[in-house]
Amino acid sequence: MKVLAAMSGGVDSAVAAARAVDAGHDVTGVHLALSPKPASHREGARGCCSLEDSRDARRAADVLGIPFYVWDVAERFTTDVVDDFVAEYAAGRTPNPCVRCNERIKFAAVLDRALALGFDAVATGHYARIIGGGLHRAVDGEKDQSYVLAVLRPDQIAAAMFPLGESRKTDVRAEAARRGLAVADKPDSHDICFIPSGDTAGWLRSRLGDAPGEIVDESGAVLGSHGGTYAFTVGQRRGLALTRPAPDGRPRYVLSISPVERTVTVGPLERLDVNRIECGAPTWCGQEPVHDPIPALAQVRAHAEPVQCRARVLDGGLVVDLDDRIAGVAAGQTLVLYDGDRVIGSATIERAA
Amino acid sequence: MAYLDHAATTPMRPEAVDRMAELLGQVGNASSLHAAGRRARRIVEESREAVAAAIGARPSEIVFTSGGTESDNLAIKGLYWARHNADARRRRILVSAVEHHAVLDPAIWIADHAGGELVVLPVDSLGRTAPDALRAAIEAAPDEVAVASAMWANNEVGTVASVAELADVAAEYGVPLHTDAVQAVGSLPVDYAASGAAALTLTGHKLGGPVGVGALVLGRDVECAPLLHGGGQERDVRSGTLDVPAIAAFAVAVELAVKEQAQRAEFLIGLRDDLIRRVREVVPDAQLNGDPAGGSEHRLPGNAHFSFPGCEGDALLMLLDAQGIECSTGSACSAGVARPSHVLLAMGQDEDRAKSSLRFSLGHSSTAADVDALIAAIGPAVERARTAAAR
Ligand SMILES: Cc1ncc(COP(=O)(O)O)c(C=O)c1O
Repeated sequence: MKVLAAMSGGVDSAVAAARAVDAGHDVTGVHLALSPKPASHREGARGCCSLEDSRDARRAADVLGIPFYVWDVAERFTTDVVDDFVAEYAAGRTPNPCVRCNERIKFAAVLDRALALGFDAVATGHYARIIGGGLHRAVDGEKDQSYVLAVLRPDQIAAAMFPLGESRKTDVRAEAARRGLAVADKPDSHDICFIPSGDTAGWLRSRLGDAPGEIVDESGAVLGSHGGTYAFTVGQRRGLALTRPAPDGRPRYVLSISPVERTVTVGPLERLDVNRIECGAPTWCGQEPVHDPIPALAQVRAHAEPVQCRARVLDGGLVVDLDDRIAGVAAGQTLVLYDGDRVIGSATIERAA
Repeated sequence: MAYLDHAATTPMRPEAVDRMAELLGQVGNASSLHAAGRRARRIVEESREAVAAAIGARPSEIVFTSGGTESDNLAIKGLYWARHNADARRRRILVSAVEHHAVLDPAIWIADHAGGELVVLPVDSLGRTAPDALRAAIEAAPDEVAVASAMWANNEVGTVASVAELADVAAEYGVPLHTDAVQAVGSLPVDYAASGAAALTLTGHKLGGPVGVGALVLGRDVECAPLLHGGGQERDVRSGTLDVPAIAAFAVAVELAVKEQAQRAEFLIGLRDDLIRRVREVVPDAQLNGDPAGGSEHRLPGNAHFSFPGCEGDALLMLLDAQGIECSTGSACSAGVARPSHVLLAMGQDEDRAKSSLRFSLGHSSTAADVDALIAAIGPAVERARTAAAR
């Protein structure tokens, strides 16, 4: 097969490309330039779109002896991922940019272009498995990235290759070293790649400006003030800087965010607990489920514990009833339904109660 | 493999390889006073004489450098500072809009960081700077011009400038004109003295010499501030221990390239015109960029530069690369990201056309088989790139 290997400059995508070569495929490496003005150096473990990362990717491709190109997708990435990220926070929601990037860039714009140019598949360094055309969790549970891939449709999965799905991260690093790939001990990238400083609130402030408002409890009593609702996520406890402690002396959590009134409502932990989650239109990762309601495991954010639920489609949206109440469900995040390790589908959370 | 990227770098001539290999084993710093130093010095000076003779300059006018980029930087910054220090009003730097980044960027840098003012000279749709445009730019403030630069032949679209006419205009106002002749030497007749330019850049690896060596031809009475300070080896304008093997091999290549220039130009023009004709047969809507008149006075003999409507140049490049055809999308490239070429934009093309372009450049080792290979591959590649871009 003619395989296009997306190479970020990190260890995972380098080993994924190497394995595609070993499997006998005709592999071409491509680094996606996501930033219109790339910084020349990476900042610690953050980001993946500096010129240094591009050079690291090229170096790995050279070691593998495969052709290598840089594809400029900065414009699409800016509108479809970065601007969306800002708009979601401005609307009081909590987006997941990696999900959007997979949905709209890596397995849409890039995959489409690859197929049109004569490639048969796109290989990435994601930790996930494709079994019988279905998307499954990776063997390495710590690294599993099926959550951020759950937005893919069957046709996208059919053209995807995840050569690391059966491996553990430590083995991947060792393999990189064995193969002479210089990225073997490069730190994992964390955080959001287009906010290399790691200061999401500060970055949002520079985009959205100061929008001061009040922090209130459920009775409307003012407990403090803030510089912009975009600095908050439902379920957040730290950084509230309340001027008036709660009467019961217990910690307060963000319950809801209202950017129009510029208020952040806080309350005790148990008020966060929900058992009904309403979502937008679902994307089915494989065959559309036949049961109604669908018995499944629901995961409401990256690295969250999956919980038992029953889901059903209502008026085009997905309504999920959890067996037990859970906390920290934020609008804008992706809810992923699993059948064991298999991804059934996903939808964007609209509200929860 | 069909190598159609000689404008990026061209294979070393075997004679130059031999000379370099022979000298790499010999000790001697050309600045030393003992026998080894004298021997090295002699080789450097003979090389200087050979280069000077080949391009109509005097030996004392040849300043050896590490190549085109250094020579261009030395010319722009060195002439700027020398002229500005002599008269503080002189802060304007006039450069044609199609200059290589090695000229453009130092000029921009001086404007951004050292108090200069950048004046970009417009070009016509073929990439030519009219002498009147230079005149108008000088006339705007004749006492304030520090330096002007206009390239002899453009590395992307191959357009040849009338350097002598531009130099005449500059001379009327006492303005030093630098010309980047990196693509010209060995491809076109180049006579420094007859051109009237104050400074001229050439580099080894575009004419069959090694990479990392070149020269700035600097008139004897042209003041130029040094960028590299140190031992003052080259006329106190450029310091650094001289690279004797590279300089000797460079001289061999310059001599050969210039000696064979007319004959090779005729051969390359024939091959290139064949390439253009056949590309258009296969891709009828391919648009030739640059001067359609293919003679040496107008266009570099080995240059063919097309826009392929509806394609992205970098997709085409990848598809051709997979077929063993090596070419280029132009020179503008930051971290491998294709940006529309400033040359094509300056010629009045829109971004889409600029992004759809490819440069094929022939050189001394090119054969008819290289062209055949391109013609066999270009049709399907264009078709596929079009489908991809249409998505
Ligand atoms: C017109 C022109 N000027 C300058 C240069 C830079 O020369 P060098 O590669 O020797 O630094 C090049 C080659 O890339 C060129 O084509």
